[in-house]
Amino acid sequence: MTRYFTDKLAKYIVFISGFTSFIILLLIALFILREGLPAFSEIGVFDFIFGTVWRPGIDQYGILSMIVGSIAVTIVSMIMAVPLGIACAILLAEVAPSKVRNILRPAVELLVGIPSVVYGLVGLVLLVPIISNIGGSGFSILTASIVLMVMVLPTIISISEDSIRAIPVSYREGALALGATKWQTIKGVVLPAAKSGIGAGIVLGMGRAIGETMAMIMVIGNSIAFPGSLLDAARTLTGNIALEINYATGTHESALFATGVVLFIFILLLNSVATVFLKRGSNAQRLS
Amino acid sequence: MTIYNFNGQTCRGGKIKVKNLNFYYGSFQALRDINLDIPGCAITAIIGPSGCGKSSFLRLLNRMNDLIYGSRIEGSIELDGNNIFDKAVDVVELRKNVGMVFQKPNPFPISIFDNIAFGPKQHGKKSKIELEEIVENSLKQAALWEEVKDKLGQSALALSGGQQQRLCIARVLSVEPQVILMDEPCSALDPMATLKIEDLMRTLAKNYTIIIVTHNMQQAARVSDTTAFFMMEPDRAGSLVEYGSTSEIFTNPKDKRTEDYITGRFG
Repeated sequence: MTRYFTDKLAKYIVFISGFTSFIILLLIALFILREGLPAFSEIGVFDFIFGTVWRPGIDQYGILSMIVGSIAVTIVSMIMAVPLGIACAILLAEVAPSKVRNILRPAVELLVGIPSVVYGLVGLVLLVPIISNIGGSGFSILTASIVLMVMVLPTIISISEDSIRAIPVSYREGALALGATKWQTIKGVVLPAAKSGIGAGIVLGMGRAIGETMAMIMVIGNSIAFPGSLLDAARTLTGNIALEINYATGTHESALFATGVVLFIFILLLNSVATVFLKRGSNAQRLS
Repeated sequence: MTIYNFNGQTCRGGKIKVKNLNFYYGSFQALRDINLDIPGCAITAIIGPSGCGKSSFLRLLNRMNDLIYGSRIEGSIELDGNNIFDKAVDVVELRKNVGMVFQKPNPFPISIFDNIAFGPKQHGKKSKIELEEIVENSLKQAALWEEVKDKLGQSALALSGGQQQRLCIARVLSVEPQVILMDEPCSALDPMATLKIEDLMRTLAKNYTIIIVTHNMQQAARVSDTTAFFMMEPDRAGSLVEYGSTSEIFTNPKDKRTEDYITGRFG
């Protein structure tokens, strides 16, 4: 009797704990929606998303330049981080002798633990002057992208490495026994087999990139003007909220929440894509 | 020891001569003093109880054991007179000449066509027409063409176990090897699929040298021309007990241990 009781109790506790996180997510979504909705109705969804002028002083709330800013830093940082990350994952999973791996791996994992404000600081002190030599003030999309690249690398590396490691030895043996070289084996068999896991790593990295706030504020310049080139300053969606929420009231405050809604939708989309990737990967593994 | 010449006609299958072969994993000796002449264009079965070094021996023939850290070899294995452990030997070229079919079918998680085309592509064949021809020929030789010709673009993982194994054989054939090593190729298959593979082996033996490791005594008796019986010595090193024509080994073994094993008294 008591044994069944503990069994049931355990079940309920696990259930409730599990659901709590889901409910919290739901509440957050509802809350920012409720706070953001007035802005959508007052400004209009179209004008809000596609407006290029953000001037709370004269009641102009268009966030297109920030959407472009966020997407630009995400894309540019991914263009740099993806090849680097995959190469590093291949090195760790396939090429490096265990001594090298034992040094590299903790180093990569340590990158995750560094607070983003420290990345911002390093970017501010080291990178901004270098980029300003190329052109502009140094506070730019390019600077922010480079900082972001370093920040998303560990995500891409560790997820890609895990998925490369999960490829059965039999695939490698099959390829080697056909007279393929090691590189041919990696390129022709291992990477294609691991591609869904690598894809998931990339998408999760993108999620991290688009959500990053502190480091972005410190190096991107936060200009509300529409960016014309990679060397121009810009503002990200996250930065917009963080910079102005302290003093915003009324429609302005609601517009910042609405910015959050847009951000939320971006992240939701990215996570769904990642889930699809991961599911496809596990299906392929089950079939083999 | 007699070398059996089973068909007088020209044969592209290589002959293998194993001389005083010792093989170690670190300090553990896995094989001791193996001497063996494997005839070309015939099927040689390697039988013996678990752990006697059959698979280790097979994997030496295309140097797959190179991948194992700390393994060491003494003696020589000659393929058509050339020692495969020679420093000048290109191991990639060797593995192209000595193909391998594994215990568990291991098609790559890509399409049927790409599975077969993978090998030739790595060896520099790029033209689509040439690859299509190779894929068709290899699948026909592996008696799989009729079953898959309409779905070459589909994933190889969707095939049945027996089909997957024949696909793996076709994949080996695509790079035109001289020797095909088979490591218990039917142990994961049902009896019907096993029968198909055995028929296929008999056909292939006209052109290729086939060496098969098997736990299944009936299979060895059914398909092979010569049989080698390996056994573990007291220190767990594998050694060759008896080698000869399959009919002789199975009807009139010279060694008591061979007889005991074949009649099922141990193993």
